Amino acid sequence: MLKSNVSRLYLAVFFLFSSLIAPLAHAEEVVVYSARIEQLIKPMFDAFTKETGIKVKYTTDNEGALLARLEAEGKNTPADLLITSDVGNLWAAARAGLLKPVQSNALEANIPAHLRDPQQEWFGLSIRARTLIYNTKKVKPSELSTYEDLADPKWNKRLCLRTSKKVYNQSLVAMMIAEHGEAETEKIVKGWVANLATDPLSDDTRALEFVAAGKCDVTVVNTYYYGRLMKKDPNLPLAIFWPNQNDGGVHVNISGAGVTRHGRNTQAAIKLLEFLSSDKAQNLFADVNMEYPVNPKIAADPFVAAWGSFKQNPMNLVKAGELQTTAVKLMDRAGYQ
Amino acid sequence: MAIWRSVPFIAAALVLAPVGVIVSAFFAPASDVWQHLLETTLPQLLINTFWLALGVVSGTALLGISLAWLTAVYDFTGRRFFSWALLLPMAMPAYVTAFVALGLFDFTGPVQTVLRAWLDSDLSWFPDIRGRAGVIVVMTLAFYPYVYLLARNAFLSQGKRSLEVAQSLGFNRKQGFFKVVLPMSRPWIAGGMMLVLMETLADFGTVAVFNYNTFTTAIYKAWFSMFSLPAASQLASLLILIIFVVIVLEQQFRLRMRYAESKRTERAQRIRLTGWSNWLVAGFVLSVLFLAFLLPVLQLCQWAMRSFTQDYDVARYLEFLWHSLSLSGLAALLICLVVIAMVYAARRYPSAATRYAIRIATIGYALPGTVLAIGVYVPLVWLDGRFSEWMMNWLQIETGQLIQGTLMIMLIAYLIRFMAVSHYPIDGAMQRITPNIDEAAMSFGLHGWAMIRKVHIPILKPGIFTAATLVFVDVMKEMPITLMTRPFGWDTLAVRIYEMTSEGQWEQAALPAVTLVLAGLIPIFLFMRQTEK
Repeated sequence: MLKSNVSRLYLAVFFLFSSLIAPLAHAEEVVVYSARIEQLIKPMFDAFTKETGIKVKYTTDNEGALLARLEAEGKNTPADLLITSDVGNLWAAARAGLLKPVQSNALEANIPAHLRDPQQEWFGLSIRARTLIYNTKKVKPSELSTYEDLADPKWNKRLCLRTSKKVYNQSLVAMMIAEHGEAETEKIVKGWVANLATDPLSDDTRALEFVAAGKCDVTVVNTYYYGRLMKKDPNLPLAIFWPNQNDGGVHVNISGAGVTRHGRNTQAAIKLLEFLSSDKAQNLFADVNMEYPVNPKIAADPFVAAWGSFKQNPMNLVKAGELQTTAVKLMDRAGYQ
Repeated sequence: MAIWRSVPFIAAALVLAPVGVIVSAFFAPASDVWQHLLETTLPQLLINTFWLALGVVSGTALLGISLAWLTAVYDFTGRRFFSWALLLPMAMPAYVTAFVALGLFDFTGPVQTVLRAWLDSDLSWFPDIRGRAGVIVVMTLAFYPYVYLLARNAFLSQGKRSLEVAQSLGFNRKQGFFKVVLPMSRPWIAGGMMLVLMETLADFGTVAVFNYNTFTTAIYKAWFSMFSLPAASQLASLLILIIFVVIVLEQQFRLRMRYAESKRTERAQRIRLTGWSNWLVAGFVLSVLFLAFLLPVLQLCQWAMRSFTQDYDVARYLEFLWHSLSLSGLAALLICLVVIAMVYAARRYPSAATRYAIRIATIGYALPGTVLAIGVYVPLVWLDGRFSEWMMNWLQIETGQLIQGTLMIMLIAYLIRFMAVSHYPIDGAMQRITPNIDEAAMSFGLHGWAMIRKVHIPILKPGIFTAATLVFVDVMKEMPITLMTRPFGWDTLAVRIYEMTSEGQWEQAALPAVTLVLAGLIPIFLFMRQTEK
């Protein structure tokens, strides 16, 4: 009895120490660094391996850490593909020279031009639409119109916002700067801050709950947060509104990817990227998180499609990256915490 | 032995590497970002950080010391249970407590919702839990076990006897506590408070839940939102400087004192509380335990039941559990061994240089997690790359990366981060071994290893167990280093929590969080079996 326990212990210690030594390289595989979490990537990787026989190894972390890691590893990096859940960080990775351009007809055919890098270093894989959600008991849809209108004094003490520290809001404001210029955008953001019913909240779900509970009447969130909440409790007095339909369009962000500059399995990485943008994977990629496919030929999940179709902002998302720092500073000046 | 002597210096060098990486960007120009920070958020950030640090450190001191004193010296209903149960909040990541607190007490939570319905009022008088006081209360509840554990250690090893001595000198119990016992416990209590201060300054997760802006959030913002490494580096360097000044001041204080151990065998009887004072104390202790542990755990369990069916996969969870436990165990072992060697070196070869080396070695705990993780990763990976290049060029051997992507790099990173956690309790215990004790041992013919084994180890044991428990639980909760350095497939419970919370799925995070808390009970039980006899 005791002896078997002791040998089991030895076995455990052996396994532990065997992983102290560097693992050997495998034949055909692709290594992914992902800021998109495991549940939202694994089903597609499994499908890819099943179709091509190429193994996918992945690790998840937040964007900032993954970028720093790629930079530190330099040409010794094991990573072949970087996946993020926003465009700003893809832009930053490209600027830091961590990605390389990819020429692919399949990618160009599957992904609309405004959702990929003009230099072909990163590509959108799903759309995250940032829209208005209002309390149906307190707001008539006819009162709502645009993001900019939320700065109007009629929304005084009726607006809830997520913190300006979240990249989705930074991208939104960056795109507004691209459209209206800095001075005009600053006036709008100041208007938002003046209309806040409560201090900015730590996440989108929180903001939705505050609207539902009646602390405020309207908020700006990504649609999938709304979807998750409504799936759990369909009776919440919340509804979706697509803003800016007569001008710029709804602000969209992407979850996307780029091939790393120093990866060793570049061909496999491109193959994976193409697979993710293809008909076979697009629904899987978007639907696991109630997002919209980037590939316009593919319809969204029926639950998502029921929210109606909308015109999206056609400006290239590269602006969101270029103007992110400007946007952060602007929000600091406007007192948007 | 030269090896002994060099341990503190090697440890300091290990910590200086990431600090060097962080400080190295210091001189790069980032004037526009600084100008911007000065004009906009910096003054408020400094005020926020100051009040948060002051509030949490004094809150944990008050709570930790009073709980330790009550459970160490008195006997009251449930005392045996409480004395270990009060450690349980340690297993609870602070950001989880924060999230649960907001979920329950914020505008949308059940408490305010029910009150609004009952009173038919908008509850505008209700305190804003997302304000400064809310963050301070939550962090105090999450971090008090550091002070509690160390103070209790001090009181158990001297408290009651010292109190009797004080009373024989004509002090009453209160005077005895403040004039004799408390000063005699200073290294432990100060150590606990230092850990709390460092953890508070380094915290990102908890303040993020409250959207409370501190110095650390500014570092993250400069680096990851404004992509300005120089500005982040300058802010972080300032943080390091502040911590270092505090550490040196604390050490200067301590140098003037000596602490001795009274014989533990003569530990005196506890004072039995009766009547209303008994129930008052038991009620107080229970309410702390309730708020800091029971309430969050109950809420987590409720959420976990809901997400149970979607996420639960026995084989995977056993794997997470095994990874968490084995990593924490290995790290605790390694870190305690290094710290014991370090503390011995300081004792055998006392010098200002050694003392400073040790102070530097303990600074890793004060750095914000992601910043430290990157700081550790950069030089290690660089060295690894140079080494494999060298092997290739000179010996024509292809080694590949030796430590990148292995557990080795994780353990080194944990060592750099958590030496402080293990240092304060072990160093405190070492203070109990006076030169007189060594002389007495030698007069009995005990030298070298025999003296260490027969005399020192028994005295150090409570300190070592305290250190191991703290490190174990801290490593298990740790996120940024684990995320960045884990080998492929080495997911732990903390990684699982990250996966869920990073997309805002807090309820889904409840299952791994509850498992983490349960796993944290293991070292705490072991610890209690060793110290509570």
